Amino acid sequence: MSQEMSPPPPHPAAHGADGLAERRRAVPPNVDLVKGVWRENPVLIQLLGLCPTLAVTNSVANSVVMGIATFFVLVGSSLLVSTFRRRIPNEVRIATYILIIATFVTIAEFALQALVPGIYKALGPFVALIVVNCIILGRQEAFAGRNPVGRSVLDAVGMGAGFMIALLIMGSVREILGSGTFLGVSLFGPRYEPWVIMVLPPGGFFTLAFVLLTISWWKRRQPALAKAAEPRGLVVAERAA
Amino acid sequence: MGDLVWIFFSSMVVNNFTLMLFLGLCPFLGVSGKIETALRMGAANTFVLVMTSLAVWVLNTFILSHAPYLRLIAFIIVIASLVQIVEMVIKKLSRALFRALGIYLPLITTNCAILALAIFQTNRDYTLAQGLVFAVGSGGGLALALVLMASIRESVELADVPALAQGTALVLFIAGSLSLAFMGFAGLLSSG
Repeated sequence: MSQEMSPPPPHPAAHGADGLAERRRAVPPNVDLVKGVWRENPVLIQLLGLCPTLAVTNSVANSVVMGIATFFVLVGSSLLVSTFRRRIPNEVRIATYILIIATFVTIAEFALQALVPGIYKALGPFVALIVVNCIILGRQEAFAGRNPVGRSVLDAVGMGAGFMIALLIMGSVREILGSGTFLGVSLFGPRYEPWVIMVLPPGGFFTLAFVLLTISWWKRRQPALAKAAEPRGLVVAERAA
Repeated sequence: MGDLVWIFFSSMVVNNFTLMLFLGLCPFLGVSGKIETALRMGAANTFVLVMTSLAVWVLNTFILSHAPYLRLIAFIIVIASLVQIVEMVIKKLSRALFRALGIYLPLITTNCAILALAIFQTNRDYTLAQGLVFAVGSGGGLALALVLMASIRESVELADVPALAQGTALVLFIAGSLSLAFMGFAGLLSSG
């Protein structure tokens, strides 16, 4: 699914008519792509889309399927919204975005129902609830609605990947500790006593709390290291934004 | 009558939307700083939930049986416009209520609890009465979780928390403990 959605890297000539976009072309494509993965990770840094992050990550398989579905919806809506960004009247843009997102979610819902019925059942209402995932609407409003198609899709791919990574971290921790398995394969043998609490709701809150603690500890340690080698790409991105 | 009571308690405590099903976490983490705002947010949520339940029942009974694939799109449009209308009506009828709920109403459109209620209600084939009780119960559950969280956060404000854990991580630890406590209610379901 991801292969057919990801476009070739944007070419300067492709947006020749777009004066504003041409000036912004100073931003290398990899900055758009990479920022969502770590530096502006939608879940771990921006704290958006927490409902699915906590609700469906009790096993790795669920997390992966949810991540792929959200990725598809995010990239598809960004593609459509940025294509029509000049035709969508400003007053009804949010409603239009939601309509576009809901269409893609409906597609994803039917696809999952047909392809992985077992996991679709386990995910419950959370597939349909991708519609109200703030990450997706947030990216349309903050990025796809005002940037050319190539950059918007790159941004969506990066953010989608960031969301998947966050789900995968949560899912792995919770499944390994909570069931002693990874993707259903037993890791520690029959003598392991699973921490059942980790796959139950409280485990979701505790796991995310520990992940956030780790990140804030890591960031706190970071400035000293970062000062020595300030990445130049970030400075460029800041100026463009 | 018995099943109405059961639906009410099940949606309020046993399957609490926020603490057990992870729905409506944004307001839970965002506006749970003060008890008063938490109460108002809970009230606004309950109100919108009840209206949604009514609208969804009408949609399901009269319209969507002809076009089930439009379910999701129809729900989200109806919820968004409903919130808008409710906001306008309240503004016209009661300035005091509008001031109390005002800023929270638009936020509620993107609250996943509302859409989830619509989906649950459809999947479980609730009648009108069951749907309304379910809406009041889940709204009460949301308000309960918000108020509990706010009162804990108000007391924790004075505590000496390590700098690393301040902010969202601390709120999540509290939420986890609350969730742990609410798991105790699970016994009500099997015995009742």
